[in-house]
Amino acid sequence: MCTTCGCGDETNTRVSTLDGTQPILEHQHPHEHEHPHPHEHPHTHEHPHTHEHQPVTITLEQNLLAKNDLLAARNRGWLAGRGIRALNVMSSPGAGKTTLLVRTLTDLGGQLQAGVIEGDQETSLDADRIRAVGRPVIQINTGAGCHLDADMLQRGLDALDPQPGSTVFVENVGNLVCPALFDLGETAKVVIISVTEGDDKPQKYPHMFMAADLVIVNKSDLLPYVDFDVDDCLRQIRQINPRADFLVLSATTGDGLAAWYDWLDGSTSRSDSLTESLSDAH
Amino acid sequence: MHELSITQSLVYAVLECTGERPVTGVNLRIGPLSGVLPDAMRFCFDIVSAGTSLAGAQLKIDEPKGQARCRSCGTEFELEDLILLCPCGSADVEVLSGRELMVMSVEVA
Repeated sequence: MCTTCGCGDETNTRVSTLDGTQPILEHQHPHEHEHPHPHEHPHTHEHPHTHEHQPVTITLEQNLLAKNDLLAARNRGWLAGRGIRALNVMSSPGAGKTTLLVRTLTDLGGQLQAGVIEGDQETSLDADRIRAVGRPVIQINTGAGCHLDADMLQRGLDALDPQPGSTVFVENVGNLVCPALFDLGETAKVVIISVTEGDDKPQKYPHMFMAADLVIVNKSDLLPYVDFDVDDCLRQIRQINPRADFLVLSATTGDGLAAWYDWLDGSTSRSDSLTESLSDAH
Repeated sequence: MHELSITQSLVYAVLECTGERPVTGVNLRIGPLSGVLPDAMRFCFDIVSAGTSLAGAQLKIDEPKGQARCRSCGTEFELEDLILLCPCGSADVEVLSGRELMVMSVEVA
């Protein structure tokens, strides 16, 4: 059964190689195998006063996302040790994540040493678009899974093998719900909302916008044709998340991209404080 | 529907601790700001626990209230959802509780 959205088998997750030709069939997920050492838990010995017929209460006090959070912390250390900045890019399907990345990598050229990890349920279409602009890219296909988790990012990073000091864009599965709950160990979370989706998304999906370090409103070139109030959208975001940066741009026409490039430039030097603010916020 | 995945994490966490011993009760604490619906967890629990030593265990979910403190005026107030707005109008609010997503204890026969 899927440990992500429940509608499939997580062992279907596939991580591509850098040349994109040989998807590696994934090993059994560590959760799925028979537990090899089912030792008695040291706390669970029979209490000398307990009668056999009475139930024993065992205290756990464990976060249900502990396993993912532990793997995320490991990723965060791995990235920090190499001075690598990982940006977790999230949005609804079709908000323009890949278009923005392709445009960014093309415009910045040699100024930005970067690789990409693409997350999609199926196909390598997005990875093909990144590869076409000459950047290293790994495609993760989650099968039925609805988000990337810390374990998948770790396997993606192993396959991508990014250069120390570089930037890794992690394009999450298009979904405004599930990815918000799963820490990957990223340096910052970038949430994209496109004007065609409507300006009520921050209220409808507060967990996603609460987690964001940067919110980008994309497809600004379509603003004259749709009912999207940028100020109202920002007001909603501020109610949930007073600290997130906010940009309006069009990845297609290039309007507003300078501010995004400035943000990328700035967040390089403040990656430490970004990490601190992330840990402070949670 | 991430509740199914999280319920699966719950069952694994409990099984790691209890092994083959039959589990009669599982006590959770799920805050209103955790992003997880207790009713969805209850629904998923029956499915995920089937065939394990947790099958038939009673799932008790403590649902604490969300609490926040305003960084502008210092007031503490209850949070029902993720709209972090102090009655004074400030959105600079620190969440004190409500994000809990914990398995507190289990009862084994």
